[in-house]
Amino acid sequence: MRDNPVFKIVSKILFGPIIIYGLYVQFHGDYGPGGGFQAGVIVAAAFILYSMIYGLEEGRKLMPDWIIRLVMALGVLVFCGTGIASILLGANYLDYSPFAYKIYKAQHLGIIIVELGVGLTVFAVMLGLFNAFAGFKPHK
Amino acid sequence: MSINLIVLYWNYIIVIMLMMAGLYIIISNQNFIKKLVGLSIFQSSVFIFYISLGKVSGGTAPILTGIEDTVYSNPLPHVLILTAIVVGVATNALGLALVVRIQEAFKSIEEHKLLALKKEDGLKDIQIEVSKEDRAV
Amino acid sequence: MIELWVNVFLVSLLVIITFYIMRLRRLIGIVALSGAYSLTAAAIFVNMDAVDVAFTEAAVGSGISTILFLAALRYLPVEEAHETRYPVWSLLLCGIVGLMLIIAAFALPEFGDPNAPAHLHVAPRYIEESYPLFHIPNVVTNVLASYRGFDTLGETVVVFTAGLGVIILLTGSTLSMRSKQSETSSDNQTAKSDEETRDA
Repeated sequence: MRDNPVFKIVSKILFGPIIIYGLYVQFHGDYGPGGGFQAGVIVAAAFILYSMIYGLEEGRKLMPDWIIRLVMALGVLVFCGTGIASILLGANYLDYSPFAYKIYKAQHLGIIIVELGVGLTVFAVMLGLFNAFAGFKPHK
Repeated sequence: MSINLIVLYWNYIIVIMLMMAGLYIIISNQNFIKKLVGLSIFQSSVFIFYISLGKVSGGTAPILTGIEDTVYSNPLPHVLILTAIVVGVATNALGLALVVRIQEAFKSIEEHKLLALKKEDGLKDIQIEVSKEDRAV
Repeated sequence: MIELWVNVFLVSLLVIITFYIMRLRRLIGIVALSGAYSLTAAAIFVNMDAVDVAFTEAAVGSGISTILFLAALRYLPVEEAHETRYPVWSLLLCGIVGLMLIIAAFALPEFGDPNAPAHLHVAPRYIEESYPLFHIPNVVTNVLASYRGFDTLGETVVVFTAGLGVIILLTGSTLSMRSKQSETSSDNQTAKSDEETRDA
């Protein structure tokens, strides 16, 4: 598929806007439909499109396997870490009230950080799943 | 039974039919991929059931608009089903990985062939030679 | 009123798609139809005011799920090989259970009833407190990340575990393959050290 000029050009044009749209969905999840899960899947779709057209090796060069595994664990760490940070600041686990003085600022901050963690994990898992299935070679 | 009653309960009737269709595919088909698709049909029908329990007639999406006296649909089933959809795709992916490995190890994904193999051999643990260069990691 | 009829039409479309999934034998056709099923379900969710759920179902169900099925179908046989097993008994079982469930379904509240018990418990409190306490218009994100944050934590860990499991299964890192790998390399090493002692 990498010799077809329509696919090459369209995928190169669309790669950036898809990622921007994913980031928009992630950070505007408070004001409209959206949030962490949808954003993670959309950003992973951009990388999967690139891998489908240019080949799995090029896709692996763009986003190496060790980065995918790191980001997978980082997302869960961010989520659990928010809860631990709440405990260290004196409140219950995953209680966002000690993050700021006004209660709505504290809750807003907590929700943004937690959704970021979810988005990172979902992005890395979807990309890792596609790489694992596409790079599988059965042995005789 | 008036036509109004059937239309108002139509969602629940169709959801039950879809659930039973999914169950029939899981029980009676022998191919593992078709069983997985049947499982995902079953899951989807339960999602439609939950969301139709949460709908309020004359309501709108649960995003506050600032206009007074709007009726919103119930947000709680939406949250539960969001979680359930993502967990469903994770289960599907793991099931697919197992099916691909079963095909590699036993050369068949039909249930009756695998049961026949089990009766003869006991399905001993099949060791596959993996040379260092071929490992994808 | 028009909403109800659109709902009836879309939900009946799902039954037609499921009927064809049951009859088809080529696996790739079944995967394509299940993608269409997910997209129709997303349209049904939009019609029932569940916009977040529709977004997620369209992205995850008819996007990622279809891609994963297609990627897995690469080394699998093309058609379903055998006929179904015990079709009459399975049909009877499903028919009886379905009939009992339909008779029980008439005891549920009507579709869209605003006085159903599900709408009177915590949901009014979530909707009222959403602006004063959070200043966030999207009530679903509120409930997901703050009121029911533990469920979201569990779900993230489940997604992480599934990704981990698939990567281990499909890249040859399971215990049996790793022990076989170390056996062959240790055999090579003992053979080499034997040769060195013989030469020396």
